[in-house]
Amino acid sequence: MEKSTAMKMSFTRSRSLLQAMLLAGLALLATGVANAATGVPLERARVDIRDVASMQRGARNFVNYCMGCHSAQYVRYNRLGEDLQIPEDELVRELMFAAQKPQETMTIALRASDADRWFGTAAPDLSLIARNRGVDYLYNFLRYFYADPSRPTGVNNLMLDNAAMPHVLWELQGVREAVFEEQGSGDSAQKVFKEFRQLTPGKLSPEEFDAFVRDTVAFLAYVGEPMQLERRRLGVWVLGFLLVFGILAYLLKREIWKDVK
Amino acid sequence: MSDEADLSRRHFLTVATSIVGGIGVVLTAVPFVASFRPSARAQAMGGPVEVDISKLEDGAMMRVVWRGLPVWILRRTQDMLGRLAAEPDAQLKDPGSAQSDQPDYARNPARAMKPEILVVVGVCTHLGCAPIERFDVAPADLGPDWKGGFYCPCHGSRFDLAGRVMNGSPAPTNLAIPPYRFVGDNVVIVGDDTGVKA
Amino acid sequence: MSGARSEAAAQGRFARFIGWVDERFPLTAMIKEHATEYYAAKNFNAWYVFGVLALMVLVIQLVTGIFLTMNYKPSATEAFASVEYIMRDVQWGWLIRYMHSTGASAFFIVVYLHMFRALLYGSYKNPRELLWIIGMVIYLALMAEAFMGYLLPWGQMSYWGAQVIVSLFGAIPGIGGELVEWIRGDYFISDITLNRFFALHVAAVPLALILLVVMHILALHETGSLNPDGIEIKERKNEKGIPLDGIAFHPYYTAKDLVAIVIFLMLFAAVIFFAPEMGGYFLEHANFEPANSLKTPEHIAPVWYFTPFYAILRSVPSKGWGAFLMLMAIVLLFFLPWLDRCRVKSIRYRGSSYKAALAIFVVSFVALGYLGLQPATEKVYVYASRAFTIVYFLFFLLMPFYTRAEKTRPVPERVVYKAGS
Repeated sequence: MEKSTAMKMSFTRSRSLLQAMLLAGLALLATGVANAATGVPLERARVDIRDVASMQRGARNFVNYCMGCHSAQYVRYNRLGEDLQIPEDELVRELMFAAQKPQETMTIALRASDADRWFGTAAPDLSLIARNRGVDYLYNFLRYFYADPSRPTGVNNLMLDNAAMPHVLWELQGVREAVFEEQGSGDSAQKVFKEFRQLTPGKLSPEEFDAFVRDTVAFLAYVGEPMQLERRRLGVWVLGFLLVFGILAYLLKREIWKDVK
Repeated sequence: MSDEADLSRRHFLTVATSIVGGIGVVLTAVPFVASFRPSARAQAMGGPVEVDISKLEDGAMMRVVWRGLPVWILRRTQDMLGRLAAEPDAQLKDPGSAQSDQPDYARNPARAMKPEILVVVGVCTHLGCAPIERFDVAPADLGPDWKGGFYCPCHGSRFDLAGRVMNGSPAPTNLAIPPYRFVGDNVVIVGDDTGVKA
Repeated sequence: MSGARSEAAAQGRFARFIGWVDERFPLTAMIKEHATEYYAAKNFNAWYVFGVLALMVLVIQLVTGIFLTMNYKPSATEAFASVEYIMRDVQWGWLIRYMHSTGASAFFIVVYLHMFRALLYGSYKNPRELLWIIGMVIYLALMAEAFMGYLLPWGQMSYWGAQVIVSLFGAIPGIGGELVEWIRGDYFISDITLNRFFALHVAAVPLALILLVVMHILALHETGSLNPDGIEIKERKNEKGIPLDGIAFHPYYTAKDLVAIVIFLMLFAAVIFFAPEMGGYFLEHANFEPANSLKTPEHIAPVWYFTPFYAILRSVPSKGWGAFLMLMAIVLLFFLPWLDRCRVKSIRYRGSSYKAALAIFVVSFVALGYLGLQPATEKVYVYASRAFTIVYFLFFLLMPFYTRAEKTRPVPERVVYKAGS
């Protein structure tokens, strides 16, 4: 998601090393520019990956709204079904594309080269996005689109200025515009975010929409590290075992060291 | 130094610590040993194979790959089944397939769910060579008793048209039959037999 | 009683078997020399466990590393995906990978504490100069091992970290440019670089490390271990030739070290199972994105264990001098046995000048480590890095002067030890 302007330049596909290095330099500049606007209220995602129902809803959201462009190429459907307690027939019916088998991974038909042409950048694979950007960033990113007629997608984003991604959830959230106010004057003048103004209502209320995004982000958090619950469960046992072993080892040490005067 | 009570306490603690530590080492080894087992990807790639046999003619054989193994699917003619039935049990090492590897629904003389369709793993049970199909009767090189079947060129093992090994072959057991099931008349799923009764 | 008799018989058979081996291989002699009759001072404190812990981590890294090699693919197109394959598809692969990634950081924590112990109690001083130098070579090898290993996941941080560190060699006058090309084997960090780093990481450097660790232990057992009082216990022996203040390594220190190992493993397991990323310090967030040679991450920081040296590098506004100072920051450590002119070994009996210098040095090292993690944009951080870099170097460069005239306290003849303490 954080490709923005830099990757659009790579679209010109330079050949020579010099050009490539120039691009890398520009990319560095661009990422510096593409910081979030100031004054943006950053909220915690508060996802709970022990909440299976939330993640089931998130999985459905992901398949319906994200997988048009994004893959999760390291995630196997059957693993998903097991971890999120979705029976196989339901998994096949509701979450999978026609020609896929449950043991396959969540790939999509959209080719990276096509995406490059259509959006100026390939939509990144989302298997690890939660570990890469953090859940709070994703939660805010998906909620902070605003109408911006100067953009080809018609929207911009407070978390990532000039984001290439269109507002996929606009029907649910409705269309909002962002109100900025100028602070300071002259060279130190800064555009500071003030508030959103709802232009057209969405299908969901703001609370419902936040819950929708939270479910989706919870799913992405699960997908980033599918074994995390198992990991913590096992950790308790390992620490318990080591504690018992440690007590025995300490008693043995104390006993043996009685010799040392 | 230490008195008698201390020595027995010390002995107990030494043994207890050693045992618990040993258990710890063994438990730690478990994930490492288990990591050698087929991964989720290997399991996915080793999944069932769907085969369309509608174009398989009488007496013809096709090859598919399942879990990296050659699997043969042979549509046996009535003549072939007749030759198979005429094979005296005394010529065979394991006529009833008691020692051989197959699902229960293929533990019969035809070694098949449907007599005319033979599904068999094309790997010689001797040392893993690939036998060749020899469906001709009494050819010069295999002798007058040959009623058609499979012949392994590596060490000369002979199998009949149901993959049963003949006396005098180095191969110990019949060719293996993989799990399979039919979907309608024309589709075989190799590697999956859920719902099939023995 | 027949039970006792058969037990005795079994023991006799075992003894005969050992005798058979001993005639052909010095098994019993080695066990005696390095364990049951290796005498160490009885007053070791907690600082003395980090050597055995480093050995423990080495074993963990070797075993988990071997198992990772079985599923990892050292190629630019497959490396990133193969790590995720290990994390998701290989049974228990995630545990093995987290052990290895956590082990890398654990190795440096343990080694830094082990080195600090040497600074506290003068473990590098005559006659242990070689022991110290071998240890420093181990530290260098460990840095090379960690650096090359960090490229292997082929994430953004892997890629750009390698880019930055390899570029450092370009600062060498004359041959720099050619050297960088030679290291990479290409005109950028590529598949070729990844492949050779893999070979060095899994075969060459580990072999060197094992050899060096054996040498380190042999050198230690030649001179004998020092102790928190800095007293040579070999100088006072009883009629059997056993040091009066010495106790056998086995069973006394094996039992004590076992407790330390379990405590260490609990901390280690806590990280693996509850915080494997350690807030982005052990596994950096940017590294969950595949390497992209056209896009530098917004903020590049090396993994925490390199940051003190990275801060020194960045504090100098010249590529050549920055790289030179960074190198010197490590090289100076090799000369410690000769820079320190004080005859007293342990900090317990040394003068306040050394105590103060060591405290300031530790503060500057930790501060540099912190500053190396911060973005390079803040001017305050740059000035702070410069100040602490100067302090870091002054610790070494002034050492001959402030240690010569040190006001030391009298060193006792025997180690200080109270039973049951």
